[in-house]
Parts: sequence; C-alpha cells; structure tokens
Amino acid sequence: MDLSLETRTEGDRTIVVVGGEIDVYTAPKLREQLIDLVSSGAYHLVVDMENVDFLDSTGLGVLVGGLKRVRAHEGSLRLVCTQERILKIFRITGLTKVFPIHASVDEAVAATE
Amino acid sequence: MPSVELRFSAVPSHVRTARLIASTVGRRSGLDESLVDEVRLAVGEACARAVGVQRTHGVTDEVVVTFADDHDRFEVTVADHGQAEAEVALADLVEAAEGLDGTLPAGFGLAVIGSLVDDLDVKSDAEGTVVRMRWPLAATPKS
Repeated sequence: MDLSLETRTEGDRTIVVVGGEIDVYTAPKLREQLIDLVSSGAYHLVVDMENVDFLDSTGLGVLVGGLKRVRAHEGSLRLVCTQERILKIFRITGLTKVFPIHASVDEAVAATE
Repeated sequence: MPSVELRFSAVPSHVRTARLIASTVGRRSGLDESLVDEVRLAVGEACARAVGVQRTHGVTDEVVVTFADDHDRFEVTVADHGQAEAEVALADLVEAAEGLDGTLPAGFGLAVIGSLVDDLDVKSDAEGTVVRMRWPLAATPKS
C-alpha cells in the first residue's frame, strides 16, 4: 500500500487525513504536502493518522519538520491516533512530549493551547 | 538453521519489500504475533538506515538482509557498505525536536532500533555496518 493524503478545512484548522504507510519511500510526499499547506497560509494543522498502517523514523522526522514550520508562524500541529502500534513509536522516541496526540479529529479541532 | 537472504539496490522503495519479507518469514519461523510488528518496524528502520548511509556516500552496493531461525531464536542481519553515522541518543532527538533547530539526526534510526530490540549487536568498520537483531521464538516452527 502506498501513501494516501486528503485535506479539508474546519474553521481555521486544516485536517490532513493520512492513510497507508509513512516510511523512507513515502515520507517525502507527506513532507511536500505539509510544506505546501504552510506556504499557502495553513498554520493550524491536524494530522489524522487513524488509517496509517506503518510509521518509521523518517515519517517522525517529517512530522517534526512540519511542527517546526507551523510554529514559525505561531501555528500548531496536532495528531489524531489511537492505534497502539503507531503510538508505540511516539512513546519510545519520547515524541509524545513534543506532539499533542488526540483520540479524534473533533477533539483535536476543539483543542486550544 | 533455515534461512532466507534478500539483496536489494539501495533505494527507498525496496525497504517496504524488506519489511513484508520480515513479517512473512518471521511468522513462518514461529514468531509470536505480538512480536511481528516490532520485527517489521526494526527491520524497516535498519533497512532505511542502510539505504540512507549508502545514498549519503554514493555507495551503489546492494543492501544484504538475512533471516534465519535456529529453533529458539529468529535472527535478522542487515548489512550495508556505507560509512557509519555518529551515534545519537533518543533524548537528544527530543531536544532537537523541542528546540526545533533542524532535522532529526542521522543516527536516529539506530537509536529507535536500540529501544525496540533487546538482543541487538551493531558492528561498524571501514567496510560498512552490520546490524544483527534477535528475537525469541516460542512456538514450534511451521514447516
């Protein structure tokens, strides 16, 4: 399975729905998407990872890069994930301290700093 | 010791193939289902790392992955011919991410493998790096 990306807006939030596998091969596509969004003025991103089957450190790097870009514009990057196998890599790398992780898109959209 | 060997060109698109083979051969060897995701992630990280170090240094050799089971252990080795990167600790990564001063360090993949795999051996020399990972096999291997 390749990577699928869909975006939509809810108020001032932009939801990026990611599906498939985020790895060394597909991560550049996600990186481009995040760069394009920030370039077009979307600074409050919610990345929905509920349909992600696999995430490696390259993918984590892209998410960290995205966070860096939105923060440069005083924006935010929130993740939606309840899958244990995906959450595990955030936990072992300590990145749970860096990203706000939510149980649903609604919760992430409603969240404020 | 039944074994499988995979050699692939150091391109990112083949890393997924290596992960699929790792899951399939692991299951076939009798790896507990709870460990399959861990093996898939660790082998994916090791292969992505091998591809990365070779591409960084323009090395076109194939990456070589071996899978073997010796009845009570499932062993995977990933060998590259790139120049080994500096080691980093995961704590440094979080600092780098929080400081938001750049991209993740090159040694991050190995740091992830280090936290995932208990039985890990990494040997680097002028020829390249071999990452050897082992997991216990509980069940009798399926024939």
